[in-house]
Order: sequence, then structure tokens, then C-alpha cells
Amino acid sequence: MNPPVSVRNLSVAYHRKPVLREIDYDAPEGELIGIIGPNGAGKSTLIKAILGLLPLASGEVRIYGKPYAQQRQRIGYVPQRESVDWDFPTDALDVVMMGRYGKLGWFRRPKAEDRQIAMECLRKVGMEAFANRQISQLSGGQQQRVFLARALAQDAQIYFMDEPFAGVDAATEKAIIGVLNELKQQKKTVLVVHHDLQTVSEYFDSVLLLNMRVIAAGPTKEVFNAENLQKTYGGRLTILPGNSGLMVAR
Amino acid sequence: MAIFQLVRSFFDDPNALWVISGTTLLGLCSGVLGCFAFLRKRGLMGDVLAHSTLPGICLAFMITGSKHPFFFLIGATLTGIAASLCIGWITRYSRIKEDTALGLVLSVFFGVGIVLLTQIQHSDNGNQSGLDKFLFGQSASMVASDVQVMGTVAVILLILCFLFFKELKLLCFDANFGRSLGFPMRGLDFMLMLFLVVAVVIGLQAAGVVLMAALLITPAAAARYWTERLEHMVLISAAMGAFSGILGTWISSVAYHLSTGPIIVISATSVFMLSMIFAPQRGLLAKWIRLMKIRKQVARENLFAWIYESCEGEGNESVSIHRLNHHPSLKKHKQMLHQLEKEGYLQLETGEDGKPSVIRLTEKGWETAYETVLYKRMLEVWLMHEGDLESDVHSEAITSKEQIPDRLIPELRQLLVRHGHEPKRYQVRSTPLKEGVPS
Repeated sequence: MNPPVSVRNLSVAYHRKPVLREIDYDAPEGELIGIIGPNGAGKSTLIKAILGLLPLASGEVRIYGKPYAQQRQRIGYVPQRESVDWDFPTDALDVVMMGRYGKLGWFRRPKAEDRQIAMECLRKVGMEAFANRQISQLSGGQQQRVFLARALAQDAQIYFMDEPFAGVDAATEKAIIGVLNELKQQKKTVLVVHHDLQTVSEYFDSVLLLNMRVIAAGPTKEVFNAENLQKTYGGRLTILPGNSGLMVAR
Repeated sequence: MAIFQLVRSFFDDPNALWVISGTTLLGLCSGVLGCFAFLRKRGLMGDVLAHSTLPGICLAFMITGSKHPFFFLIGATLTGIAASLCIGWITRYSRIKEDTALGLVLSVFFGVGIVLLTQIQHSDNGNQSGLDKFLFGQSASMVASDVQVMGTVAVILLILCFLFFKELKLLCFDANFGRSLGFPMRGLDFMLMLFLVVAVVIGLQAAGVVLMAALLITPAAAARYWTERLEHMVLISAAMGAFSGILGTWISSVAYHLSTGPIIVISATSVFMLSMIFAPQRGLLAKWIRLMKIRKQVARENLFAWIYESCEGEGNESVSIHRLNHHPSLKKHKQMLHQLEKEGYLQLETGEDGKPSVIRLTEKGWETAYETVLYKRMLEVWLMHEGDLESDVHSEAITSKEQIPDRLIPELRQLLVRHGHEPKRYQVRSTPLKEGVPS
């Protein structure tokens, strides 16, 4: 059985400066996986490299044992919210509909069925009331939920989410967690770039600790401990004593 | 009468009809393509592409010695593509940013074009005259065959835009996501660039290399003011482009010695200015009116709250108007008191000097003031307790009292009482707050 995502010897460089070095990683099937690391650790870069959005300096990526290009239909992607200009002349439903474009292929227009699916996805993130709202009129959290709904509309097997929890309100956080759990019940594999160390144990079954190289990877219970975090964050992490295990990255 | 005759003679002249259909098609086509360039944030790209077609035109003439529009089209397209490749190459493989790359490529290509143009004009070829019309355009010189070539190309471009509409939308909104879906976004980007080059090239004869970019970007920028849907924006932009084409051609034919290209550009710019000011939602005027309304509303609410809270604090039934002078923001809104008096919310009692000195709320005024203060404080409590309250509405979305969901109101009222923060005056008609408070 091939793992959903398998990365071998992957390196990425920007202008000769290496950002990721010799990443080897197999994602466990059907789990919520947190990709954790400090700023500049290459978390987003890893996702983009797997998705083929960046040229690789070396290595290869396999999705269920096959090259990415053959498996696009099985992959959903939630980019960072800031990666697009939200003052675009379109509404929330139309953005979610873009998730259907991959299945539609060239030239074909979305049909009533795609509309229905998009609407259903908006409902799942609690945004059905905003379907016809111009996207710049949405709050940051609502925009994030629209992106999530768009990925759901892709009806994928593996999801990559780039900092979906960044700067969102409580309601959006709740909506995202709801979606993550639903995806997990459907045995889908979800990789999430995540910043907030406090919530890691609560949200994720397993983690990938990253700082230019893989520091540790495995079930959260085994891997997500003070020692590995120190290694990942170097001197930039203060672990406060006590049972709460409160950690502050700086 | 003279103007009427001019218009008639204009439509009697068969070539004028060709000219006007040519400029209309051009406006239509560049309006549609301009939308995508505009949304892809390639506004300046049109300008670079337009300028970089000049060396192509000159080279085409030098090589073939012919002035057939088809050869010009080929030559201009080739150097236009070369320019866009240069920009892509510079931004990707050097540290130079796009704005500098655009500036570099524009001036280098245009400079080479001018050198070649001068070279041609100094050569012995007797056929060279008229090439310089590409600098500023000369639509009056368009003949049937020019317009036929133009029209064919424009229709092809429009069909292609229609076919690739979904993909172009994806490219303009979120190219990386499109790439993850498997669409070759670099290819699409190049295709859009190619479309732009071709649109520029067919517009050269009418508008010229210097002004063609304005035709691409102005209708799109204007159309953006009128709609929030890409489909509509493209249509509006096309209509505005076509309208500018017609208007410009008409004006320049009526008024002698005005060349068409610049007048078309000025028409398009006028349409843009009107849009910028008068568009219903995004226009400057609409924004200004909205701001004024909000200011007035806020001042009104603050005034009510101030009167209420002044009375509440001291247990008085009225408040001296002089105290308003010490209020940092409300003292500007004193004249609003007279407005409120007229509406029956309050009475201004005249003092000894004959000027109003005391503000006294009427029954209606108390009611409104109470509601205003109640909601203002509920909003504060809501912000304090957002985390505790079971709700999927988040504070970011709640900025005015209308947005507080009804089901939260009992809970918020209880919290107000618990904080001892409930409005204490005029509770006679409203539901007493004390009810339903858990002991």
C-alpha cells in the first residue's frame, strides 16, 4: 500500500539559498497531520513543492505511488489567504466553484450540479448566507472559510492547507476544526501548516516538525515533546514549566 | 445646421464607415482583453507591448518592402512577444523587480524602433512615407482591407476569450491554485500576453504605439467601478471601449484637424472619470455620501447617549447645553440639537440671554436615548464576553446595533445587569432588566 504522500530526498532553493534540504517523509493515510516549525522553516515551501508550484532542486514526490501530475484530481489545496487579491469582481459562490474547474477540464462551464456542490461546501463552512457576497466584503475569517469550501469542492483524497488558522476569529476556527474532523471521518489525509503550538496536540493525529530539514515526524503523542520542539525552534522557544506545558515561540 | 451636414457627409463617405467600424471593433476588443490585463495587474504591460511593436513594424517593412497590414501584424507580434519574454526572463532570473523590467524593456524596444524608423526615412526607398503614422495612429488612413484584417483578428480574439473565460478568470484570481488543479498557468499567462500583443497590433493603425495602452486599460478600469461580477465587467468594458471608439471617431471627423487616436483615448478617459465619480457603489461620490451619512448617524447616536448618560449620572431630568462645549467631538454638532428638537425628540429651554441653555428629552427622546445607550452597552459587553457566549457570530462582523442577533439579546441584558452597567433611566416602557436574572 503506497502512502498518500511520499517525499524522497526533496530539496528546494531560492536564488541558490537552500530552503528545504533532503526532506524524506511519508504521510500516514487518513490522518490530520500538522506541519510545525518556526518562521522561515520552509513549511509553505514544502507544500508548494509537493504541489509542483515550485521547481525542485532535487528529489521526487509521489502521491499514492504515482507522480503528482497523474494524481491532481485526488488533491485539494487551500493557499494562504493573503496570496490573492480579494478585491476581485466575483462572489463567494463563484470562488468555491473554482474548486470544480479541475474536474471540469478545459472549456467546459460549471453546471447546475457544480453549483449545488459549491453551495453544499459553503454550507459546510457556515457560509451559505454569504454565497452572493462580493469577496472583498467578507471578513478575513470568512475569506478563509471560502478558501476551505473551495478545497472541499475539489472533492479530493488528500488536502494541503497553508496556515488556515492564521489570523482567524473563533467562529472560523471552529468551522475549520469541524471540517477537519469530517474529513478525517471520511478517511481523508489532511496536511496542515500550523503556527499555534498550543493547539497542536488537540488538533492533529501526527506531526511533521520542520526546520529546513525534517526534525521529527510521527504520531503527535510520541513526537510532539519538549526535546523535539527545542530542536525545531532552536533557541527561539521558551518552555514554561508546569503541567500545562505552555510553550511560547519567539 | 453645419454640424448636421457634417454628420451626414460623414455617413455618406464610405471610407468613414470603414473607419468607424474599425475603431469600434478595436474598442470592443481591447475593452475585453483589458479586463484580464487589469485584473492580472498587468496594466503597464499593455504600454510596454505597444511600444515594443515599433521595431517589429520597421523590420517587417525593411525586410518585405511592403506596407500590407498583414506583414506589419507579423513583425509587430514577433517583437511584442520578444518583449514579453524579456520581461518574464528578467523578473525570473535576476534580482530586478517587475517595474524596473517593464521600464527597461519599454525604452530599449521603443528606442530601437525609433532608430529603425529614422533609418527607413533616410533610405532611398520611395515607399517609406507613412510608417511614422504608427507612432500616434492615423485612423483616417484606414481602408477597407485594413479594417477587414482588423475585424477578423478581433473576432478571433473575442471568440478565444469566450472559450477560455473560465481559465482566464482562474489565472487572474489565483494562478497558483489553478496550477495545482493542473492548468498550465504559465502557458495561459503567455497566451493572455499574446492576445494583448495582437490586440495592441490591430489597434496600432488607429491609436498608435504611444496611446494604444490607454485603450486597453482605461475601459477596464472604468468598468470595474460599475460591477462586482467579472462577466458583467467584461461586457461593460467592451461597451465602453466601443463607445469611446465611436465617440472619438465621430468627434474627430466633425472637428477638423483633430486626429482620431488621441480623441478616442480622451473619450475613454472621460468615461473613466465619470465612472470614478458617479458609479453607484465604488464611485467617489457614493463613498462620500456614505461617509457623510455614517458621520451624521454616529453624531446623532453619540448625542443621544451623551444626553442620557449626563442625566443618568446626576439623576437630573435635563442637562445644560454649555456642558456640550467641553465635549471634544460633540461640540461640532450643536446644530443637530435643533434638528432633533424639530423631530420632537427634545426641547431646548431658553435661558436668560435668550439663547437655548437646557436640553430636556421628550418621552420619544427618552425612548430613543434609552435604546441607543442599551445597545451601545450591549455591544461593549458583547465584545468583553465574546468567547463565553455560545454563538457563531463573531465580533468582527458586529459593528452596529442592527447586527446583534436577536437570540443573544436576553443573554447580553443579563450580563449588563451583572456588571451593574444597565441603563438606569427610563425603563418604564421597556422590559425591566431585572427579570430573568439568575440568582
